[in-house]
Amino acid sequence: MTRMKTIKPLVLLCCFLINSALADEAAMLLKSSMADKNFVTLERVERDALQSFCSKPRSEEGDIETANALRESARAAVPMPTEDDFLGDWQRGEAVANNGRGLQYSDNPEQPNGGNCYACHQLDPDEVAYGTLGPSLTGYGARGQSLSMLEYTWIKLWNTHAYNVCSHMPRFGAAGILSEQQLKDVMAYLLDPRSPVNSGLSP
Amino acid sequence: MISWCAGILSSLLLLLAPLWAWAQQDGIFDEYRAMFGDDNPAVFVIDEGEELWFSKAGPNSTSLEGCDLGLGAGVVEGAYAQLPRYFADTDRVQDVESRLEHCMIELQGKTREEIHAKPYSLRGDLGTEMEALVAWLAEQSRGLAIAPGQAHPSERSSYELGEQLFYFRAGPHDFSCATCHGQSGKRIRLQSLPDLTAHEGAAEAYSSWPAYRISQGIVRTMGWRMRDCFRQQRMPELIMGSEAAVALQTYLAVNAAGATMAAPGLKR
Ligand code: HEC
Ligand code: HEC
Repeated sequence: MTRMKTIKPLVLLCCFLINSALADEAAMLLKSSMADKNFVTLERVERDALQSFCSKPRSEEGDIETANALRESARAAVPMPTEDDFLGDWQRGEAVANNGRGLQYSDNPEQPNGGNCYACHQLDPDEVAYGTLGPSLTGYGARGQSLSMLEYTWIKLWNTHAYNVCSHMPRFGAAGILSEQQLKDVMAYLLDPRSPVNSGLSP
Repeated sequence: MISWCAGILSSLLLLLAPLWAWAQQDGIFDEYRAMFGDDNPAVFVIDEGEELWFSKAGPNSTSLEGCDLGLGAGVVEGAYAQLPRYFADTDRVQDVESRLEHCMIELQGKTREEIHAKPYSLRGDLGTEMEALVAWLAEQSRGLAIAPGQAHPSERSSYELGEQLFYFRAGPHDFSCATCHGQSGKRIRLQSLPDLTAHEGAAEAYSSWPAYRISQGIVRTMGWRMRDCFRQQRMPELIMGSEAAVALQTYLAVNAAGATMAAPGLKR
């Protein structure tokens, strides 16, 4: 019994070492299998701690302490607007939500990046070309504009891992995909009662 | 002559563009595809591939007939379906493209540089030699079971690395293949995304590539598909026939093993 207890952590440690060796090999192999293209360089193969942690095949489990530490450091690094400054212009936000371009080597780096929200979410109920990787956000504005709701949405968009480590949504703020202004415009697109996202809600 | 026919065909397809927008809607694509019946425009490319295999080329003025794709020199029937596999002469696991590259260099005397200058067409091109050869070779495996090698240790480690790469999250968007292809019944905008970690999704995808892309008027290979998904993933450009390209295809082929090859397919 006591022997079993000591063996189990050893086996786990051993598996962990084998798997992380494989992961390192994967990174090296990927680097040697790719080439710089336009403004996209091999630097993008380098992973930060969060990306490495979230790269595990489904069969492997991450440890909870690391997950908690990553969640906390994600949360701590979110810059918070003042209470009256969360919401921009919903119409500009609509354009950001629709735009799927940005940061691919085939994109023009002079153009602003898009948020590509429609790739993964339903928003305006009249837009049929929406993806389903994320939940539907149609009628999101029904949740109101309390300070806690504004903060929740802002943090979610800035760095989704502050709530849900290994979420598959991009870190729009933390990774520099969208500017603060673009994020505020998208916030308005989600929360403004005049936005088509909320057209189904009774005023 | 062959490319010329393909050219006319793609111009015809451009005229169908309004229909095209309509065909983008889910489900309707199947009807649109049915309009082509058995007339996959890839037939022209397949013929071109066959011609290329048998014609003398390169500084050595040699055909590819002596190329061993895994079943012996010159055996093309069923060869595609058992790739990727380990080759003792190169001591590497190879997919169809890296193996063809090897033969072009060894038999025909071509250089790596010229083979890599433009392995895949850009939009509006009429097709490359690599695309035509791969289309013909895939067609020579039509109706046969997908059976990539997994007996050699290198083949098994290629699979394991392929799995690691499939879940490898990197780049400004933190995407991995699994972000878009790790669940069934999902879609991006209107494009449905197969779950490539499961047999069913992998089989449907793997068996239908290379494929004629109606929207681009070109035959695309599975190697190109890997490169283009990495582009969407915001990653640098994947090198044709590279170890990562082979490992990912090994991962997909093994997940799809047992299913029946039906390539070249027809895609939007
Ligand atoms: C690659 C897919 C993807 C993209 C692109 C994406 N999201 Fe998400 N999003 C998700 C997923 C998956 C979830 C659910 C998991 C989670 O909460 O992290 C989610 C969750 C959310 C939530 C929380 C939902 C709730 O009920 O509380 C909000 C808000 C959100 N996304 C907004 C956006 C906005 C705005 C954009 C565009 C700027 C966007 N997303 C782009 C995948 C995506
Ligand atoms: C941002 C989302 C995204 C990522 C990340 C992504 N893909 Fe794709 N993939 C797509 C889309 C979109 C299609 C095309 C679907 C269509 O045209 O209907 C596709 C198609 C494919 C297909 C062909 C499926 C078929 O049935 O024809 C394969 C195979 C594939 N991807 C593999 C991969 C691999 C391997 C990776 C990782 C290197 C990857 N993808 C990463 C979005 C993605």
